[in-house]
Parts: sequence; structure tokens; C-alpha cells
Amino acid sequence: MTRRRPGMLVGVTVVAALAAGVAPWLPSYPLTLLTQAMIVAILAMSLDVLLGFTGLPSLGHAAYFGVAAYAVAILTTERQSGFVLCLIAGIVTAAVTAALFGLIAIRATGTYFLMITLALGMVVWGLAFRWVSLTKGDNGISGVPRPDLGLPWSLWGPLPFFYFSLACALVAILLLGLIVASPFGMSLKGIRESESRMRILGYNVWLHKYLAFIIAGTFAGFSGVLWAYYNGFVSPVDVQLVTSVEALLMVALGGPGTLLGPAAGAAIIVFLKNFVSVYTKRWLLILGAVYIGVILFAPRGLAGAFHRRSS
Amino acid sequence: MSRRTIAVLALATFLLALVAGLGTETARAQGGPIKIGFLSPLTGAASALGKDMLNGTELYLDEIGRQVAGRKIELIVEDTEGNTQTALTKARKLVDQDHVHILSGGLLASTGYAIHPFAEAQKIPTTYPVMSSDDLTQRKPAKWVVRTGWNSSQSTHALGDWVIKNTKYRKVAAVAADYAFGWESVGGFQRTFEEGGGQIVQKVWIPLNTNDFAPFLSQVKRDADAVFAVFFGKLALQFMKEYESNGLRGRVPLLSNGTTVDESVLPQMGDEALGTISTLHYSAALENPTNQRFAKAFEAKAGKIPSYYAETCYTNARWITEAIKAVGGKVEDREALLVALRKVELKDFPRGPVKIDTFGNPVQNVYIRKVERVGGKLQNTVFFTYPNVSQFWKYNPEEFLKLPLYTRDYPPCKSC
Repeated sequence: MTRRRPGMLVGVTVVAALAAGVAPWLPSYPLTLLTQAMIVAILAMSLDVLLGFTGLPSLGHAAYFGVAAYAVAILTTERQSGFVLCLIAGIVTAAVTAALFGLIAIRATGTYFLMITLALGMVVWGLAFRWVSLTKGDNGISGVPRPDLGLPWSLWGPLPFFYFSLACALVAILLLGLIVASPFGMSLKGIRESESRMRILGYNVWLHKYLAFIIAGTFAGFSGVLWAYYNGFVSPVDVQLVTSVEALLMVALGGPGTLLGPAAGAAIIVFLKNFVSVYTKRWLLILGAVYIGVILFAPRGLAGAFHRRSS
Repeated sequence: MSRRTIAVLALATFLLALVAGLGTETARAQGGPIKIGFLSPLTGAASALGKDMLNGTELYLDEIGRQVAGRKIELIVEDTEGNTQTALTKARKLVDQDHVHILSGGLLASTGYAIHPFAEAQKIPTTYPVMSSDDLTQRKPAKWVVRTGWNSSQSTHALGDWVIKNTKYRKVAAVAADYAFGWESVGGFQRTFEEGGGQIVQKVWIPLNTNDFAPFLSQVKRDADAVFAVFFGKLALQFMKEYESNGLRGRVPLLSNGTTVDESVLPQMGDEALGTISTLHYSAALENPTNQRFAKAFEAKAGKIPSYYAETCYTNARWITEAIKAVGGKVEDREALLVALRKVELKDFPRGPVKIDTFGNPVQNVYIRKVERVGGKLQNTVFFTYPNVSQFWKYNPEEFLKLPLYTRDYPPCKSC
């Protein structure tokens, strides 16, 4: 990891610079898609900490994404709260939810972990759907204003909001990159490879997994905060199973355990979904074929495929 | 540079090329085609309804040769997958990239609430043919949105009144799908029914993902005079079957809202649906000449009888073209187009005469219907008409709006 970091840094910088440079010439629709890709990429990367680095497949990751989005939606529409408060509240809500759910979920591994996270995710969905006085239920909360950062550019415009999201995504990449490259991140990988060996070596495996769970939830929350601002609308769709599954697919497509792979996976899915569907109603078929192709020919995701060739 | 970095760069270039390709702008000269953006769930669980919506829209546009006021009409259809986030993204695409002059369509209530602020911010004339959530034109109306369909409690207000005046049913149990549409439909019925002296003795809410109705139906009080049901799609089919198999049919008469026996599900039902009394602003069996012609043409095109989804989108398409005619085809003047959309008043839609109230909701007939078998096929025979029903029933709009929206717990169930 440490040896590869310069390459990754260069890659990220060039992609970011390219995106930032091209953005002003893009019409607003592709720009909003690009913004969406940035935000979803943070969600995919946060899930990668669990799935790719710790080996814990979570099917309830939309829960943390969703509670943060709801926190922002409720605070902005009911109390007209500012950006800083919303950001902190959203992230803290997600982290606390993850800390609670982690206590229950971390006991299990493999399929059982999958099932428990799925059930916990459904609990949040149930709350979003049924706690009508707080969440407006099925109708969702609309009218979330874009944040006012006191900058000369209003974030209502697609271009400033894109740069804002890009900056947020870069911060997330940097922080997550530091975490997974740290000794803590290395121990997570160790747990992924062999939990029993790590335990015998004296590592507190449970605590490592628990912390990874909270970190993943926290960054999913960060993504959820941006999502609420981006869409201006939050509904149970954001916390439902499909959203969790989609995040899982992004990670699988991009390559688990590579951080940037899932980010690229997120971007590819966002564009594929919205690009292919313009030309054909059968776009789900194409998306399905892409998934099957990746699983058959690049089981370690796109990043995995590149990596194998280069090493 | 490692090959890995090169690979990342290649991927990025590919993505940017994709973006650039997406961004190729289409020419938008004045006098070009009039573009109507239409959102419809063409994949996913609601795709059958989405198909009806699209068929209804296309049927009308084809009837007028896809031309109005000397300009061609271009219909740009986007699939929402029955998902509100997707619908919002597609709405952005239609407005930002395709530069549509009018935005229309949508199925879920949440989609309606999500598009509201978008339409206001973009100042894009928008019509909702299907989305029926009450507050879209009550407590949260949008200037740029005109509803060409209906609202959930509009027809159930009427049914509550009809039951009081024409039957001996005074104790009714409500059995409904547990979400906003169910709550609003039950709320409307409860309000007029209880004000007329009836009692809702029970509310059984059935989750949307229910597969087995038995545990819920066994709770229904057997001494209720009637059951009032609110379902749609697959749930409606299941409910009807299980209402019979649980021994309720024949014992407790069945009343329902319109979607429970809508023509989108009626052909798949059997004798278990016979005799159900329901309420809606439309029935495929309406005998006025426009509807007879429409129903025949629709059947020829789609191979099935028109549902309310088909009629409302057919009417919506006509509504839009009438407004375009009124502004002489100058759809670029959005303010004028919006005013025209709100002024459309016609007497001969398939559903009957329609005009629009100041909140943007249609004032129209509500029909009380009964499921009968005619010529071997089930149909909703209309036997009573409430003319010109407003979304506020007979109440004063201002006082009506001071009360909360109908929800799971409002109006409270006093006699439960």
C-alpha cells in the first residue's frame, strides 16, 4: 500500500484536475450527474472500508447514509439550521447509529453478518416509513435548501455545487486513504485475511471491526449529508434495501479493497444508469450484463483486473 | 507512471468522453418542435401502470397527428423505475439537456413532492396526471404545477356522503394499505361519513409488502355493516381473493376507493369482486360519447380496457395541447403557458367536464360505481354521479386547510 501511494496520489490528482478543468464547459445535466457520482463515490468508498478492507459484507449501509440525510432534511426544513450544524448533526447521527448497530452486528461474520445488517437496515427503513410526524413517511421531506457557506458563489448553481462536492470527495478520499494505510488499516486487512491468526497475535479483533464499522458509517453519513443537499429531497427510498445493494454492487464492480476502485465503480454505475437509459428501455439488461461480465471475467472488480495486469 | 495510474487515467478519460457525449446540445430554435417531457415507470414493479400512462399519452398525440398550432410535438419519455430519486434525475435531464417546454407524468406521491421545488426553481410549466397526494394542491401547492388528475380524498369524501344518504351502513371498518395514499383515502371517507352520523369502528392498516392477508382480515369485526378498502395493483388482487377465502364476502358488504377495482386490475379479478361499490372520477364503462370513442381506440392500441391511469394521461395530453393552442403555440413564453394551463376548461373529456380550482386541482365529477359482469367481462358500472366535486368537498377551503392533512391517526378513530 505504502509503495503504491505515489501512483494513486498522482492518479487522483490528475482525475480531479481533469474533472475540475472540464466542468465549466459541461452543460448542466452531465454536471449534475458528475456531482451525483462524486457523492455516491463517498458512499461506495465508505462501504469498501468494511467490505474490501475488513471483509465484512454489509447489506444495510444505506441506513447510515439515510439517517444523515434525514438529519439534514429535518434540521433545514424545520429549524432552518446552517451548514456546519447540519454537517455535524448528520455525521454524528450516522456515527451513533453505526455505533449502536455495530454492537449487534459485529458478533456475526459472513452470511450472518449480511443478514443482521440487512435486518438493521430494514429497521431504519421502517422508521423512515412509519414515523410520519418526524419523517413525513412515504411522501418524503422536500425543499431542502442548498447550504450557504458564505462564499461569493451560490451553491444553487450546478457548477459551484459540483466543485463543492468534488472538494468533499477529495477530503473523503484523503481521510479514508490515510486510515486504510495506517497501522490500524493494516490490522483490518490482517483480520480480513485471517481473523484467528490476528487474535492469536494479540489483536483485539472485535474492537478493530467495531471501529471499522463506525468509520464506515460515519463516512456514509458524510455522503448522506451531501446527498440531502444535492437532491433537496429525502425519502424512504434513500434508506431502502435497493440503495444498500447498489452501493455493494459499486464496490464489487470497482474492486473491493482498493478504495479508488469503488469510487470509479460508483461513477460508472451513475453514468451507465442515466446514459444507457436514454437510448433504450432495456438498460437494466445492459447493467445486468455488465455485472455478470465483471463477476465472470474480473471477480476482483475493475481495479483488481488492472492490478493483476500491472503486477 | 505505473500501468495502474495509466489505467486510472484511461478510465477517467473514458468517463469524461461519456460526459461530453451526453452534453451534445440539441438545437433549440424558435419554431422547432414543442417538446413535452414525460416521466413514467417503464421498468420495475409499476411498469404495467407506466405502460398505460404512456399509451394514453401517445394515443391522444397520435390522434392530433403530433402537431398543434402549426408546430410539431416531440414527446420525450424517460423511465423513472418507480423510484423518486431516479425521477428527479430524469426531470433534470429533461429540463437541462432536452430543454422541454413542459414537464409531465410521474406516479408516486413522493415524486410529486420532490418535483415541486424543482419546478418552482426552474420555472418550468409542469402537470401531474397521476400523483394524487392531497397536499400537492392543498397545504403545499406549487405555482408552476397544475394537477390534471385528481387527489386521493376527492372521491372518498363523496363516497362517505353517498353511503350515509343511500344505505343503512352506519358502522364501517376500514382496511387499507399502510401508506399516505391509504391514509388520505380513508381520512376523506371517514370525515364525511362520520359527519353524517356514521362511525368508523376499526382501522386495519396493511403493510405494502404483505403476502398473507389472513392475519389482518381475521381482525375485521364481523358485526361491521360494511368494510371500506383502499388498495392498488397486486395488493388489490390479493385483497379481493382473500376477502372471499376468509369468509368475509357475502357477510360484510365491500366498499372501496377507485384504485382497488380500477381497470388496471379488474380484468384479472373474478367473481370475488362482483358487487363491490367504489368511487372514482372515472370508469371505463362511462357512457358519454367521448369515453366510448376513447375506450375503443385505447383497446385497439393497447389490447386492454383503459384504466384511470390511461384516461388521465390521455386527458393530460389533451389538456396540454389545449393550453398550447391558447397561447398560439408560443410555448417559449412560460408564464403565458402556465396561465393557459390553469385556464383549460372542457366539457368533453372521457371522464366528463373538468375545470381547475385556484390551488391547481381539477373540479370534476365523481362517480359511484358497482362491479358488474356485462358481456362476460367485469366492469365498473356507474350508477350515481356527484357533479363538480372539488378537492375540498363542500367545505370552505380556508377552514379545510387549517385542519391537518389526513394521516394514519387523523381524523382520530373515536369509535374504535
